[in-house]
Amino acid sequence: MKTLLKEGIKPHDGATRVDGKKWSLMEKLLLGLTLDQYVQQVIRNKFNWLLAAIFIVGVPLIIYRFVFGLGVVTHSSYEYPWGLLLGFGLFCMVPLSASGFMLGTTVEIFGRHDFEPIERLALLNGLLGYFFAVVYLLVDLGQPWRLAYPMVYSFGPAAVLFLVGWHVATYLSVQIAEVSTAFFEWIGFRRGYEFIRKGTIGLTVSGIILSTLHQGALGALFVYAPGKVHPLWYSAPFQWIHFFVSSIPAGLSMVICVSTVVIYTMKWRCDKRFIESLDRITISLAKGAAMGLITYLFIKFLAVAHDNEWAYLATGWGAWWLFEIFFGVVLALITFCVGIHHKNVALCRLGALITVLGILLNRLNTSLITFNWELYQEVPHVFEIIISITIFALYIATYRFILNRLPILYQYKSGVDS
Amino acid sequence: MCNISRRKFLAGSVAGGAAIAMAPAKKAFGANLSGFPDGLGVLVDMTRCVGCRSCEAACNKEQNLPEPDKAFDDYTVFDERPHGQHRRPTEKAYTVVNRYDQADGEKVYRKIQCNHCNEPACLTSCFVNAYKKTPEGAVTYNDKVCVGCRNCMVACPFNIPAFSYSSAFNPIIKKCIFCYDTRLKNGQAPACVEICPQQVMLFGKRQELIKIAHDRMRRNPGKYVETLYGDKEVGGTGWLYLSHVPFKEAGFNVSLPNEPIINNVKDFLAIVPMVLAIWPALFTGFHLLSTKGKSHGHADNHRHDGQEGHE
Repeated sequence: MKTLLKEGIKPHDGATRVDGKKWSLMEKLLLGLTLDQYVQQVIRNKFNWLLAAIFIVGVPLIIYRFVFGLGVVTHSSYEYPWGLLLGFGLFCMVPLSASGFMLGTTVEIFGRHDFEPIERLALLNGLLGYFFAVVYLLVDLGQPWRLAYPMVYSFGPAAVLFLVGWHVATYLSVQIAEVSTAFFEWIGFRRGYEFIRKGTIGLTVSGIILSTLHQGALGALFVYAPGKVHPLWYSAPFQWIHFFVSSIPAGLSMVICVSTVVIYTMKWRCDKRFIESLDRITISLAKGAAMGLITYLFIKFLAVAHDNEWAYLATGWGAWWLFEIFFGVVLALITFCVGIHHKNVALCRLGALITVLGILLNRLNTSLITFNWELYQEVPHVFEIIISITIFALYIATYRFILNRLPILYQYKSGVDS
Repeated sequence: MCNISRRKFLAGSVAGGAAIAMAPAKKAFGANLSGFPDGLGVLVDMTRCVGCRSCEAACNKEQNLPEPDKAFDDYTVFDERPHGQHRRPTEKAYTVVNRYDQADGEKVYRKIQCNHCNEPACLTSCFVNAYKKTPEGAVTYNDKVCVGCRNCMVACPFNIPAFSYSSAFNPIIKKCIFCYDTRLKNGQAPACVEICPQQVMLFGKRQELIKIAHDRMRRNPGKYVETLYGDKEVGGTGWLYLSHVPFKEAGFNVSLPNEPIINNVKDFLAIVPMVLAIWPALFTGFHLLSTKGKSHGHADNHRHDGQEGHE
């Protein structure tokens, strides 16, 4: 794209062309380039080659899994029924996608329109994260074609997973509605856009409700397994609130990370408003994340105190727990604080990266590493790892496809009021 | 201006109301499941077991399970340590007998199968309600609705449910169902109990079995350890164990709570209706408070904000 920009070609960013005619859908899909230009820039981009390499290996493996069953791509463990596909795909992707409801609340509920340039990125991050968490789930479920059973056919309302299922499904619809405004703008369906915008408050409030509950519910799922999850990572009364509170810095940090990647690799797509406000917004988001982290740090120790588990801290698992806390929470917090104090955007971004890694560590610790701490350690099957990477690559590819086109990073020139 | 906020307030309330309506009665019905008084159970007296594995063979035949990897008279299975652990029930075997070598060289045998809890964690964790606790005391499983999420395997404190990972198109949970379909519902003892040459297992009403167990302990002082495993664990189980060695030495999980597993989850389940009821008003209220006197035009201003310098 950089090469094309040098040649003076501007990507599609509004309803009408320079000469006043409307873009056709095909032209919009090709970003306003000619087919030749488009294909050339796809081939020029080395990252596309990496993605292609991952898909060549990974997609056949996913097909292999559906033809021959889960047994051929996982260790078929009875003790570790949930492996990497859920441990990473569901339990990590969902907190990292909490950004949608966080920024939705900030902008729409609290009326902080200074965050607006990043609101759509946060909403999209939420939508795609959830969507691909469901993709991971579909690959991992024994009978994915029965996914809708808890909704329509056979109800187990006392189960936490019932709540997770319902809420993720409803929240996914809410997020689709929230992001659809960008889509409606892009295809030029003005009335659809206005219709959805009218319901914004309702959508945002349901987003908060659903997020509070299912972020927490993911934690509550492990409350079914006292004795399997190590006591330091287990807390019957607090598990849900640990998962919920940690999803707040996780979601905010994920937005900082994604916006960082975007500003360095896709600057051509960002408009002046986004580029100029990003530094300010990054620092503001870092403030939010830091407040989330300090609260999380406090309630983590509160849980240890509540169950009087101090003695475990002196064990090997205790050292691992302290590492998770000091790396993922305390170090992130310090980095954020120094970054915010000196208005150093780079440090805030580093803090966000550490936070994201810390959350990954926490969720993997809970679901895989300290799970069955008294039995043995499961190391995921190599095919399971490849499939997880493939779905993540698919997530990145979709993410980029949408960012390239829909008015997420730029404001759409509808041509109506110009 | 006032109009708009009222409309939005209503929109928020409607959304919240819809969310409440969508989640009817998420409260645990586990609360009224505290066991059927006439529930049946089995008392296992480990002092009598010699590890002949005939119960495994009987189970295999009764449940039409596939041929085992090693014949039932092959006792080298006792030396198997998959992942450094003793054997456990699998998709091919609903029950297994293990040998636990004691420090003094004594060999203790223990039969493992589903314990048929009074308040089964598998049942309460299942989001399609595939499990059922029958009045006879069996925990049965309906494979027609199972989605294959394997939450029951995570929830089971005894690591009992197995999953047929090898099946691509109909993988299901495989576990002991107390021979419910073929025997228990007619009041008959399960196949493993019936075949046992040592009369290790006694089949009967759970309440009476508890009395018998305490009777045996009283009449044979020093023969058994003081506790009856399954009497209190996770709310009580249908299968009960008497042992002459500490239960820990026979591979039992002795750190289980006496409370049913579902009790751990009730704290969270109680939060759910509260969040559903309180959040809509709370956050619409926040919205009204924080945007009072400011521009309400943002239902439409995505395009307008900051656009001046742009075009």
